[in-house]
Amino acid sequence: MDWGVMLSYLPLYRDALLLTLRIGWQGVALALALGVVCALTLHLRLPVLRQIVTAYIELFRNTPLLVQLFFLYFALPKVGVRLSPDACGTLGLGLLGGAYMAETFRSGLDNIPTIQSESAQSLGMTRLQAFRYVILPQAVSSSVPGLVANVVFLLKETSVFSTISLMDLMFTAKDLIGMYAKTLECLTLLVVFYLIMLLPVSFLGSAIERRLRYAEFGDRRTV
Amino acid sequence: MADILLELRHVHKRYGENVVLRDLDLTVRRGEVVVVIGPSGCGKSTLLRCVNALEDIQGGEVLLDGQPVRQEAKNISQMRQKIGMVFQSYDLFPHKTILENVLLAPLKVQKRQRPEAEAEALALLERVGLADRRDDYPRQLSGGQKQRVAIVRALMTHPEILLLDEITAALDPEMVHEVLEVVLDLAKNGSTMLIVTHEMAFARAIAHRVVFLENGEIVEESRDPKAFFTRPATERAQRFLRTFEY
Repeated sequence: MDWGVMLSYLPLYRDALLLTLRIGWQGVALALALGVVCALTLHLRLPVLRQIVTAYIELFRNTPLLVQLFFLYFALPKVGVRLSPDACGTLGLGLLGGAYMAETFRSGLDNIPTIQSESAQSLGMTRLQAFRYVILPQAVSSSVPGLVANVVFLLKETSVFSTISLMDLMFTAKDLIGMYAKTLECLTLLVVFYLIMLLPVSFLGSAIERRLRYAEFGDRRTV
Repeated sequence: MADILLELRHVHKRYGENVVLRDLDLTVRRGEVVVVIGPSGCGKSTLLRCVNALEDIQGGEVLLDGQPVRQEAKNISQMRQKIGMVFQSYDLFPHKTILENVLLAPLKVQKRQRPEAEAEALALLERVGLADRRDDYPRQLSGGQKQRVAIVRALMTHPEILLLDEITAALDPEMVHEVLEVVLDLAKNGSTMLIVTHEMAFARAIAHRVVFLENGEIVEESRDPKAFFTRPATERAQRFLRTFEY
């Protein structure tokens, strides 16, 4: 292992990490927003919109991100829609993530027993108040593990960005290997940088999960 | 009659083809404790859920103080504040502390001032012996304690009538007592209650009137609970009460 070479590559990897993070988080933010809207549409069984959302979710969950990105980057320009690699990455990740976030959040909502809403309504709350004060907070906290898993999954999926010429971590590693053939060093750095990006997310997720334990109905700390 | 608080007139409830309540009439006077008993599946719980319009009804009407209680009515939130309900499974809000559980409706629905509502909440929690658990979460409490909190939560909106739906059915035997004590105390202080229960001794002790329900119909009604429980008039009620003997 050539440590000197690895050291000299560090700035390139750092830049790649920053780009990966930037587009990754933009995508995650878009995914969360889309996911919330879609989950509410499904949970509230809004007519028509619900069918559209279902079609969207199935489309994006059952095609690879690589294909989705190719479509956005190479096929859309043929019908006059030209997006920058940045926009394609964000949009692709956001659309894929939205489908997963929607499912996670919807199951969180659906898993809160109906009687929780009924007992809130029996106190005089409107349906909206019951949703806001009783259902939503519980659904959010019970969705956290799934949402964190989705975030980690999405940030890992950014590795296919390299195919639409975004200079992310994967792109940088492949590029350097192509030029200097330091395969072991480049791939080791790649592993290390993905860990730098993702371990904190996983740890943060576990910490949030612990804080939100109250949503568990099991009596772990009974009298 | 002026002192009638709750009135069910020809209430008809069905799920699809399955008729649960059949042309049911029932009145509860102010200050009266009415206990509904009957075999499981006879419609007891559905009856309570129809009173505060958690269930829609297919015929008849429910009147509280002469005002209709209807699911789609604009004033349903106001009406429900006058009808406290306690469920078999407590159904406290698991993400809120005991104090927050009982304060949620007064603060968010009734828009009361926090200091005043909190003082009342603490006084009520004290009365059921749980003031020291104010900052605990529901999962840290036993079933009996949770049910006492649920009663306090229902009382906080100052309901005119309390609906108790088999509130001891999910409890361990040794916790039944502490919950029923609270209910007896409320009855002594003149609360109006409509109670569904399987605790026959409790029903006998607390009821001003017993209603025996079977197949969605009132089969027997008695203003003399002692007499009802010793020798019910109808054969069906006799048969039902005999199932509690060994």
